[in-house]
Amino acid sequence: MDVLVYVKRVPAVGGRIVLTPDGREVDTSMLGFTVSPHEECAVEEAVQITERHGGTVTVSTMGPPEAIEQLRTAISVGAHAAHLLVTTGVDAGPIATSRALASSVRELEGGRGRPFDLILCGNEAADTGDHQVGVRLAHALGRPCATGVKQLQIEATGESVEASREYRGSQEHFTLRLPAVVTVKEGINLPRYPSLPGRMRAKKADVSTATPTLEPEPLVMQRLRVPRTERTSAEVLGHGVDAVPALVALFETLGVVP
Amino acid sequence: MITVCFVELDGDEVVDASLRAVTFARRLGGGAPLGCLVLDRPGPGALAQLAAFGVADVRHLDAGDVHGYAPMAAAAALAEMVAPFDDGVDVVAVVAAATDHGNEVLAHLGATTGLELVANCVDAQVQAEVEPGGPGNGGGFAVVRQRWAGSLLEDAVLHARGGLFSVVAEAVTAEPSPVAAEVTVRPIAPALTPLDLAVQAVETRSEGGGVSLASARVVVSGGRGIGGAEGFGVVEELATLLGGAVGVSRAVTSAGWRPHREQVGQTGTRVAPHLYVACGISGAIQHLAGCQGATHMVAINTDPDAPIMARADYAIVGDVSVVLPALVDALRHRTAGS
Ligand SMILES: Cc1cc2nc3c(=O)[nH]c(=O)nc-3n(C[C@H](O)[C@H](O)[C@H](O)COP(=O)(O)OP(=O)(O)OC[C@H]3O[C@@H](n4cnc5c(N)ncnc54)[C@H](O)[C@@H]3O)c2cc1C
Ligand SMILES: Nc1ncnc2c1ncn2[C@@H]1O[C@H](COP(=O)(O)O)[C@@H](O)[C@H]1O
Repeated sequence: MDVLVYVKRVPAVGGRIVLTPDGREVDTSMLGFTVSPHEECAVEEAVQITERHGGTVTVSTMGPPEAIEQLRTAISVGAHAAHLLVTTGVDAGPIATSRALASSVRELEGGRGRPFDLILCGNEAADTGDHQVGVRLAHALGRPCATGVKQLQIEATGESVEASREYRGSQEHFTLRLPAVVTVKEGINLPRYPSLPGRMRAKKADVSTATPTLEPEPLVMQRLRVPRTERTSAEVLGHGVDAVPALVALFETLGVVP
Repeated sequence: MITVCFVELDGDEVVDASLRAVTFARRLGGGAPLGCLVLDRPGPGALAQLAAFGVADVRHLDAGDVHGYAPMAAAAALAEMVAPFDDGVDVVAVVAAATDHGNEVLAHLGATTGLELVANCVDAQVQAEVEPGGPGNGGGFAVVRQRWAGSLLEDAVLHARGGLFSVVAEAVTAEPSPVAAEVTVRPIAPALTPLDLAVQAVETRSEGGGVSLASARVVVSGGRGIGGAEGFGVVEELATLLGGAVGVSRAVTSAGWRPHREQVGQTGTRVAPHLYVACGISGAIQHLAGCQGATHMVAINTDPDAPIMARADYAIVGDVSVVLPALVDALRHRTAGS
């Protein structure tokens, strides 16, 4: 089973989002970077698949040169190869991104002489939350696609995959012929932490690069805003156990105790 | 202008998120006739709702080879409903609730039509004039949408004559149309390729147990400050005493202390309870994204400067391993004594 996983580098925002003065980007001068939890799970799922069925995991991203850091993290938890599509770091938009990824897949598969059995993406990216790059990629490649998957199993024959997810109190099960594209959600597995040998391997690993062609996207961002929140400071009910009576009284007022 | 909605049903009822999306679409369409696609033939209850919300043309998917939820078949039906768009005269908008199904169907439609899916919209308006030189001449849309699960808003312009919009539920209140529509119901059987039919869901009911996190009236959530899996005994007790459900932060699921289905936040469950109690949770934006719809929020934290302490209504500065047992004790005595 050869699996290709797409991850996206995003700022690791904590308690508060700060924007750059022009309001066009998150100010990352004080921040580290990460990928979406959905994508961490996609990498873990791919590694588990190859542990069970053999094969390789290739991880790829389109982003600034620094995105090599996210690829190395994936290698440290078990990915075998990494491919970076280098941009200036400006978000390309979902149509342009999926086109660039599709042409990169064709190139990589041309080089290998056969398709990846499975391509995994996150259900949605952490920052833009566009919910579509995986689906668009599947269409561009003419492959079936399931999204938001929480359980994945390769059939014994290696010809298809069983994918399921929950929706409004029901389980939805999909059977997809391989090669296929699946987008996953956090909860499908519990990602492992990098091991020391994994970190060593990641540090030394070769990462191949290419430069994508990006077309202009019809959706053009004007600016970002931090929405105003109603709550800005809490009423302190007390310290330690001394606050318990006030808390019980509050619960009574709110009608949540019998 | 052609405005079409993808509408989800629950039995003989239109789901609330879809009613909000229909309201959004009606405003965006500005009086244009409103059509919708539903996956099953709607009953009288759902039809009455759609009429009240101004939907005139109801189409239900009726393709022989479709036996379950088939997102690509739904997208093919929507493509057919907006097909006059191809003649280059009309502006089109296809709207769905930003649910897993709504986003998925619109993503497929976007892929087959080449139209942009603007996901997680809170507002959209037709703009006749777009700056010259934009990629799509002859009109566009001004949109506002969420990023980072609602922690950021984006103002954007869609330079195109057609757009697909998924609508964030809390951004719109469901409002019936001032004039109810005369509804016609017709089946639609789009031409489908083998690939369109290749992805179809077989459904099984999930077994439910306890109070569901997503709809609980009270949620008691524990974070890293709970200290370990054992610490959740008292969190569960408090949730039970308040008739609520247990929630957790990602730090807790990542550590393997609790299952992911209990996670509240951007990549977990969104909750909007009457009361949210955050115990030992710092209040990262991705956690708040999942609970800021709570009517009342209480935070218990040793750090008075934790971000959650500013975003809650009420704060207790203290150690959860001391405060929670005392609180549970007090509530138990109260119940026993009453
Ligand atoms: C794209 C993305 C998506 C994410 N999605 C989610 C999500 O869905 N849900 C989510 O929760 N997180 C999510 N996160 C992670 C999020 O950024 C935080 O890392 C996480 O919420 C932190 O959990 P925490 O508050 O329990 O832990 P911490 O941030 O470590 O906070 C622990 C808190 O407990 C307090 N504390 C410690 N000891 C005690 C004590 N004895 N008594 C009382 N208080 C104590 C501390 O003062 C601190 O405030 C996401 C992150 C990213 C990048
Ligand atoms: N720049 C990118 N590089 C690699 N993968 C991406 C990129 N953008 C999006 N993806 C993948 O597509 C998924 C869905 O993204 P989106 O449609 O933008 O929400 C993400 O979770 C990633 O797996």
